[in-house]
Amino acid sequence: MPASLASGDPHGTSSLIRWFLLLLLLAALPARGQDFDSLVPGLAGGFTQQAEAVERLGALGDPRALPLLRALSESRLLRAEGGVRVAPDGPAPSGPEVIRINNRVRVALRGALGRLQLVSPDPAERLAAADGLLRARSAEDIPLLEAALAREAVPRIRAHMELALGAARLGSPDPAVRRAGIAALGGTASPEARAVLLAARGTDEALSADVNAAVAAIDRRLSLRRAAETAFQGLSLGSVLLLAALGLAVTFGVMGVINMAHGEFVMIGAYTTVVVQEALRASPTLAPWSLPLAIPAAFLVTAAIGAAMERGLIRHLYGRPLETLLLTFGVGMVLQQVVRLVFGAQNREVISPPWMQGTLTLPFDITVTQNRAWIILFALAVLAATFAAIRLTRFGLEMRAVVQNRRIAATMGIRTGRVDALTFAFGSGIAGLAGVALSQIDNVSPNLGTSYIIDSFMVVVFGGVGSLLGTLIGAFTLGVVNKLLEPWAGAVLAKVAVLVGIMLFIQRRPKGLFALKGRAAES
Amino acid sequence: MNLRISRRAALLGLGALPLSAPAYAQGAPIKVGVLHSLSGTMAISETALRDTVLMMVESQNSQGGIGGRRLEAVVVDPASNWPLFAEKARELLQVHRVDVSFGCWTSVSRKSVLPVYEELNGLLFYPVQYEGEEESRNIFYTGAAPNQQAIPAVEYLMGPDGGEAKRIVLLGTDYVYPRTTNRILRGFLNSKGITNADIMEEYTPFGHSDWQGIVARVKRFAGEGKKTAIVSTINGDANVPFYRELGNQGIKAEDIPCVAFSVGEEELAGIDTRPLVGHLAAWNYFMSVDSPANRDFVQLWRNYIKNPRRVTNDPMEATLIGFKMWAQAVATAGTTSVDAVRTAMIGQKVAAPSGYESEMKANHHLTKPVMIGEIQADGQFSIVSKTPTAIAAENWSPFIPENANRRRG
Repeated sequence: MPASLASGDPHGTSSLIRWFLLLLLLAALPARGQDFDSLVPGLAGGFTQQAEAVERLGALGDPRALPLLRALSESRLLRAEGGVRVAPDGPAPSGPEVIRINNRVRVALRGALGRLQLVSPDPAERLAAADGLLRARSAEDIPLLEAALAREAVPRIRAHMELALGAARLGSPDPAVRRAGIAALGGTASPEARAVLLAARGTDEALSADVNAAVAAIDRRLSLRRAAETAFQGLSLGSVLLLAALGLAVTFGVMGVINMAHGEFVMIGAYTTVVVQEALRASPTLAPWSLPLAIPAAFLVTAAIGAAMERGLIRHLYGRPLETLLLTFGVGMVLQQVVRLVFGAQNREVISPPWMQGTLTLPFDITVTQNRAWIILFALAVLAATFAAIRLTRFGLEMRAVVQNRRIAATMGIRTGRVDALTFAFGSGIAGLAGVALSQIDNVSPNLGTSYIIDSFMVVVFGGVGSLLGTLIGAFTLGVVNKLLEPWAGAVLAKVAVLVGIMLFIQRRPKGLFALKGRAAES
Repeated sequence: MNLRISRRAALLGLGALPLSAPAYAQGAPIKVGVLHSLSGTMAISETALRDTVLMMVESQNSQGGIGGRRLEAVVVDPASNWPLFAEKARELLQVHRVDVSFGCWTSVSRKSVLPVYEELNGLLFYPVQYEGEEESRNIFYTGAAPNQQAIPAVEYLMGPDGGEAKRIVLLGTDYVYPRTTNRILRGFLNSKGITNADIMEEYTPFGHSDWQGIVARVKRFAGEGKKTAIVSTINGDANVPFYRELGNQGIKAEDIPCVAFSVGEEELAGIDTRPLVGHLAAWNYFMSVDSPANRDFVQLWRNYIKNPRRVTNDPMEATLIGFKMWAQAVATAGTTSVDAVRTAMIGQKVAAPSGYESEMKANHHLTKPVMIGEIQADGQFSIVSKTPTAIAAENWSPFIPENANRRRG
């Protein structure tokens, strides 16, 4: 527009004055308002038009844009005659008048909301704003971020804002400012900062040495964190193996019963969780606690099935391992089919409570997923409880006595039949507990158990039959080794490599890591 | 428009009913085999397809069957067990003597039954998008070939609306479909200037549940300063823990969008999709398509399944198209003889729920539109891109060097 004005005037001086006047006018007149009003209908346009309108609204800095943009990002902005309107509070609106967005608009929204919310009273919004600007990384945001940093008191948000400021400075035309930005980013241990630096490396030839040094500094700090995260993944897989194998360590390790239906007990534990959750879904007070409440339920259900199986079938076959193996295999298939008939072949949905979703940030910015962290704790708790039951209770004492010498135990007045049933029920109950945990990370289907039975036997045999400590060490060793191999070999080959490793190990040490010594081990 | 046609057809069928009643009683029923896994890892996807075939059989019978002959479905369960697929196919053809079969989801199961159908000259309708590189005279492929799904999806990711991805992660289940598709995609990406250093490729077994390591590695791969996107050919129920892990590790679609080729409305039904908003799927149909044929389809399905909240998806639509075409071909041929029906199939047209007209081409593949959808918080897809017309299938991909001398058409 100014260009056309200038060309219409032959006199240079007066054109300059008019230029100046026009600029003044632009600043003084309600041009801002006009801009705002002319941009808003763009929010209901095509994706490209939307993205443009969002970016320009964000740059405008008009606070009236904030509710509109926020509504747009939450798909609560509706088409209205001649523009848009925000949907009233309540359930999410639906229908053709809801304005849909795509990822491109979402990216634009994140930057625009970042600009508008940087001074929000809500700390969570300020944090999100800093992260949004980090990804937008535009040099125009430098003064905005500097101003916000001067006012910010929360250390965590400050750290994020400093990151965003560093990233914004990388886009500055002034090499000194860029260098300051590189130094700021290089001083962090943030993968995002690293990504921003690497993206800048290609465009900024002059400072590539600085960038490389900064990236190397971040890599040094990150390497420790990455090792910790890999270790966590290994521990997490190990805890799953431990849970699956613990019950087997009791039934197979202590009693010597090869229970091929063990996996099905795990599966029944998972289905018990589903049933408990569905039963409690209607109750607002109990529903959030459905998962903890499923723990005793799963234990009791699987223990009862285990006791019935031991009394009804297995006790007739003690000392005949091959027949026991075939029998329990058959029972496993029957259980699987019963569950399929009752619940259907389709996977069942389990609800994860909010405290099991998302990530948890540990010291040194190590991030771990909540559900996995809980399962590690749960596995250790179950292990501790099992250990206590075997070592510290009367039942555990009788159990060990029966295992060591059945006839002498019987002469001491121990009802060995009852102890056998209880031991088997106890092992089965632990399998049920594993099912509760697995329902949170795996699909609850009638086949759930089959994928864990091999792993469970592997852990018990590798750790040493009859040794709880062996099961613990065995499970975590296999988990960590698997996760260390995975990046090199891929998920499929890593598993194969672990299996081959165990085969070789068993050749050398047929009794596993922690072999029982003494007379009990000989028999 | 197609609504009117189908109503007219229904009226014609009703009108013909009393006339053909004697033939109806005399003619042996036409047997329709259903070869979908009802248990195991693929049951999550395939059970709905069995129900779709049963629904179409019922709907056809309510219109008087075909040529006065009633339809009768024969359902078998190959239980996600690939060798069992071949045995069950043989059972359908030799014991039950079915006239046509609808079945299979995974390519490994299709490869397992293909020799059986060719040996016994059966007829199989395969309703799922797949990797191409196949053309059997006994199979009609009503799903998409790579140029009707995989390649347009990756083009979208590399375009301005998809985020201009410069680095691609190819994640898949370890079997023939993901491996072949990813081979084609690698050829395509290389032709677009994306080098192998910017491509990460990983495979996992069926039913894989421990995604934490892979998702963490994807994050790391994406942290190299170039815009990264995931292309997922993960199949079956492994998708549930995969998406859960994406959500838990906070991978947002704005940062690393993930486009899936085997995840539809049915697979999302068991997941909380709020953390997944913006991740994508590429199909030739979405339930959210606004067309009269689609409204009829959704209504028919919900009435049949007696659940107003059940969803429809692309392979169900492909099953429906295949079934309608087969019924038209049988009516044209006047017989269920495989050879006659095969000839009559070519050139059949159906107004598909996708809102486009699909035609069966001589290569036994359909013309289809390509649609890209973004996952919404309610588990549905919002269509963010679609082709203006239905495109023909290239089942022999030009991105596989061995196909250079092959005649295309």
